[in-house]
Amino acid sequence: MWKFLLPFAAFVALAVLFAFGLNPNRDIHALPSPLIGKPAPEFSLTDVLDPSRTVSNAALKGQVYIVNVWGTWCRECRVEHDELLAIAQQRVVPIIGLVYMDKRDNAKQWLEQLGNPYTSVAFDTDGRTAINWGVYGAPETFLVDAGGRVVYKFISPMTPEIWEREFLPRIAAARRSGA
Amino acid sequence: MTARTGTWMLLAIVALGALTAASVARALDANGQLEDPALQARFENIAKDLRCLVCQNESIADSNVELASDLRRQVREMLVAGKSDQEIFDFMTDRYGEFVRFNPPLEPKTLLIWGAPFFVLLLGAGIIFRVVRQRSRMPLDDEPTPGPL
Repeated sequence: MWKFLLPFAAFVALAVLFAFGLNPNRDIHALPSPLIGKPAPEFSLTDVLDPSRTVSNAALKGQVYIVNVWGTWCRECRVEHDELLAIAQQRVVPIIGLVYMDKRDNAKQWLEQLGNPYTSVAFDTDGRTAINWGVYGAPETFLVDAGGRVVYKFISPMTPEIWEREFLPRIAAARRSGA
Repeated sequence: MTARTGTWMLLAIVALGALTAASVARALDANGQLEDPALQARFENIAKDLRCLVCQNESIADSNVELASDLRRQVREMLVAGKSDQEIFDFMTDRYGEFVRFNPPLEPKTLLIWGAPFFVLLLGAGIIFRVVRQRSRMPLDDEPTPGPL
């Protein structure tokens, strides 16, 4: 009995392992964020387009908003840019840009040439805000609820499917929970 | 030992030393050394145990990517500010999760990673035990078989 059951059990175990491990849709570099459910780290940075202006998320308390981390060095950010523009058109929530590991002029030029989907764009000069948010690449997109808590993090370029499937329902829920 | 072999051995030792030094070369930052050697030693220990999340199989002590350098700066600043090693690790895991540590602490949720090797060892021991016991009951192969008369 054992002789037949053991190989079969081993086969099932391997099949389950492979189903998860070899899934081509799984991003092996995407890590779960420990920030989910925690208060969004506060930041107060200068605006990319106007250094005399301050961009701070404290001002957004009570609102559901999105933080999108990007940089002009990041090819995937270029990929998602058009989708961000389309999302901005829907005017569902404010989208705060966080420019990371970049030069201000490059970021400015990018927005002037490709269009600006952001409500405001914060410039993380020294990477400290990125560390506080647990950022390790770009693009990364966070959703913060009206209570100021991070409810979701998406690592990869935004797509219409992701926006509709992952973000819109959570935005609706975030509005209900925080207000 | 002749003078000649002595020289060769010395050369070999120097070469080996150079190789080892090369293999432990660390990523360097501009003015990256901490003045206090005790703090620098603690820094090196902590940096070795923190994963560079961009490269994922390198520690931030080894990696030259910008994020690793930002994290090293963070660790240095916290050390200078008098934070304990535990506080620094907590700071990192609060932001990046347990994955940031190469040497995760033994906790209920990390029991699986720590326990798996022992489980596999036990499994192997069990299999060997069964096989050996079974074989010991079998007749020996090299017993003379009765040949044709």
